[in-house]
Amino acid sequence: MHPVLTTVLQRLGLGFITLFFVSIIIFSSIALLPGDFGEQVLGQTALPETVEAFRRELGLDKPAWVRYFEWVAGVLQGDLGTSFSGRADSNSDRSRAVVELIGPRLWNTLFLASVTALIAVPLSLFLGVTAALKRNSFYDRSVNAVTLTTISFPEFFLAYGLIVLLAGTFPTLSNVTADMPLGERLYKIALPALTMTLVIVAHMMRMTRAAIINLLASPYIEMAQLKGVSRSRVILKHALPNAWAPIATVIAFNLAYLVVGVVVVEVVFVYPGIGQLMVDSVSSRDIPVAQACALIFAATYILLNLIADIIGIVTNPRLLHPR
Amino acid sequence: MSDQESAYSAAGEVAQKRVRRSAFERAWIALKKAPFSAWFGLIVIICYAIVAIFAPLLSPYGEAQVFAKADAPWAMFGGLPEHVFGTDQIGRDILSRLIYGARNTIGIAILTTLLSFAIGGSLGLVAAINRSWLDQLLSRAVDVLMSIPSLIFALMLLSIFGSSISSLIIIIAVLDSTRVFRLTRSVAANVVVMDYVEAARLRGEGLGWVMRREILPNIMPPLVAEFGLRFSFVFLTIASLSFLGLGIQPPTADWGSMVRDGSRFIQFVAYDWTLALPSLLPAGAVALLTVAVNFMVDWFLHMTSGLRDEH
Repeated sequence: MHPVLTTVLQRLGLGFITLFFVSIIIFSSIALLPGDFGEQVLGQTALPETVEAFRRELGLDKPAWVRYFEWVAGVLQGDLGTSFSGRADSNSDRSRAVVELIGPRLWNTLFLASVTALIAVPLSLFLGVTAALKRNSFYDRSVNAVTLTTISFPEFFLAYGLIVLLAGTFPTLSNVTADMPLGERLYKIALPALTMTLVIVAHMMRMTRAAIINLLASPYIEMAQLKGVSRSRVILKHALPNAWAPIATVIAFNLAYLVVGVVVVEVVFVYPGIGQLMVDSVSSRDIPVAQACALIFAATYILLNLIADIIGIVTNPRLLHPR
Repeated sequence: MSDQESAYSAAGEVAQKRVRRSAFERAWIALKKAPFSAWFGLIVIICYAIVAIFAPLLSPYGEAQVFAKADAPWAMFGGLPEHVFGTDQIGRDILSRLIYGARNTIGIAILTTLLSFAIGGSLGLVAAINRSWLDQLLSRAVDVLMSIPSLIFALMLLSIFGSSISSLIIIIAVLDSTRVFRLTRSVAANVVVMDYVEAARLRGEGLGWVMRREILPNIMPPLVAEFGLRFSFVFLTIASLSFLGLGIQPPTADWGSMVRDGSRFIQFVAYDWTLALPSLLPAGAVALLTVAVNFMVDWFLHMTSGLRDEH
């Protein structure tokens, strides 16, 4: 078998094993709940039979591994369970399916993340490459100082700072609805997208710059320069094939970072996304929703890192042309 | 690392008479060569430490003292002169809460970082020395834990254990110790193979001695730098969680929840920018400290690694 294929398959296998363990951790969180949470969820007036039925619905009368496989089978079929909220009244069950809650919000979050990525990725690659090429110039130093400062700022500080500066131009509440035209939607999410762009451009630009500088210091680049190859040819033919792996890593790492940053930013701008849903479910201790959100976040994070690694393997010249 | 103690020489023994500089003098000499950013970081950190330690002396009012008139704006924008930064929604003096917030937020962050270093550092050292199934087990467990974003993981665990200060400290410390474990293990792995460690083990020293007396002194600089970085990370995580309403709970004053409380009028900032100040002020306090710590760490790494940008 081709060495690239073997390595990719190995990495895929490792990714699935990680996902398996992560799902076990997320699943077992429900087993860690205190014993009386049935009464907490259903309210003080719940009858013992209702509590018993609720426990049976969660499958607490079955062994843990059976429950785990049922849960995984449910997740794979798009059934994430039923939310705990709306059950306090023991006469009527007004709870909703978790999928119903998550569906539209997941789409909103993906929309915000992709708009941010579309702005941030080209911008930071451009800044990183130019800063690396003009190393130690005034341009490089100033870009560096600005990004080091924005990296250390918490997301909410950047968000409120932007609100103070731009509150007159853009709305401070990003209350998008499903039937909004694209233009208005973009206008509504301008501030959250800008906040996240600032955060990840700083990271991505610094990592790109470091990767390129590292690459330009290698002996074969020096060799190419010494034998008189033109500057653009050095970069396109010699540096770039080896730069794909670090650049892909940088992009995927920062998109994964977006997954985390989105939680705080969504809360600041009251954006109806999955991060806000997770915060709400955690504060009301709505475990099925929190579990589903955590699973989605973790799976995205693992998947993005997996993609970065695979791009790194596939574009590695040493593996592509084995001796 | 220390070149003056590496080799024995007769001339060296004669020269023993020279006065050795005290730790303070050496630090002063290093500081005199430090760039502006490091000085800025140091001064800011010292100011924060003074405010945090002497909070009860510095603050004009108590942490949870409530005054009759709520929501007064800043003194210089026409508020009451006895409340410089005004009062919050239930009439607590914002300046006092900022000062107490320094003590609570920084104190909890330091405690969490220390705990995470105790866990991650000792496990990392054991894994580096032991190198058997234990090392494998710990490393794979850390790999799995690190594959979930730590804020998400912390949120999930908080949903189970509820938000109290002790569960907050333990959850964040455990999650953060995975990073400390990785670093300690990789740095210690280079030291474990040294001859003097083998000599110590051959003369029968126990695991604790080898960890504490042979390896730890030799991996200190990267760990100290990591402590600074981890502190600012933990500090930001705690502030973010409190901002989300899931960290430090009222009436304890803390910067994250102050940002949250202050953001009630944020929709009206377009008409009066001073309405953003109640949340911008604690957020700025968080930001300034993290910037200062990052500057110090940057300088410390630069100094101890001996790395200089030659070109």
